[in-house]
Amino acid sequence: MNTVNIIRLEFPSKSVNESFARTAAAAFAIQLDPTVEELGDLKTAVSEAVTNAIVHAYPDSIGQIGMKLRILERDTLEITVRDWGRGIENIEEAMKPLYTTGGEERSGMGFTIMQSFMDSLRVRSSPGKGTTVVMRRTIRPRITGK
Amino acid sequence: MTITSAYDRGRLTVYLSGELDHHAAGEAIHGIDELLDEFLPRDCVLDLSGLSFMDSSGIAVIARARYRMQSLSGRIWIECPSPQVQRVLDAACIDRLVPVTSGNIGGLR
Repeated sequence: MNTVNIIRLEFPSKSVNESFARTAAAAFAIQLDPTVEELGDLKTAVSEAVTNAIVHAYPDSIGQIGMKLRILERDTLEITVRDWGRGIENIEEAMKPLYTTGGEERSGMGFTIMQSFMDSLRVRSSPGKGTTVVMRRTIRPRITGK
Repeated sequence: MTITSAYDRGRLTVYLSGELDHHAAGEAIHGIDELLDEFLPRDCVLDLSGLSFMDSSGIAVIARARYRMQSLSGRIWIECPSPQVQRVLDAACIDRLVPVTSGNIGGLR
């Protein structure tokens, strides 16, 4: 699908930036006229992806996180969250509900929530090189909105 | 995120407000732990009506509070989540662990 609009952000893997990332994604998504529920879903999915990068990619250091937001044809929002950190050895295992290596502040539900709240989720990772998470969600035009 | 509380006849109500994400989760876990240590309540209510956002880090906070209340042989439940918070609770099937009520029902009897 062709790109209608695109924005790229890069920020350090500090937990204070979780709020910034989801708020920025929501602000970009506004042009698709999402419902409050859709906006909440997008913010939640971004929060999970960025938190995973902060907790798992750079457990002992501060690294960079890239976030690319694209609006595609047919009212689809694509969110890419990328890090250049530790990577995931076993993606299938990492995506299982309740699986976590992130300590008491993580529940192991991050990927489950991303899958539940978005239409699609793809994860690519290379140990030692980093992880890329790509999520898509179509925002259906509202009958009274456009 | 801020934590306030009220205690009355064995029931501790913990009010969480603001945004509960990974950045805030550690503070929330330790804040609730301190309240439970101080009051040793029979019942604990997590009032989430003031939360404007929560992600799965909030699930870890709730699971920790449940574990602590189990160790006190007490009860715990969640009250008044917003629609966004409710969707996260539903995705995690939290009601298998902790009852969720839409309003203050004066306790589970």
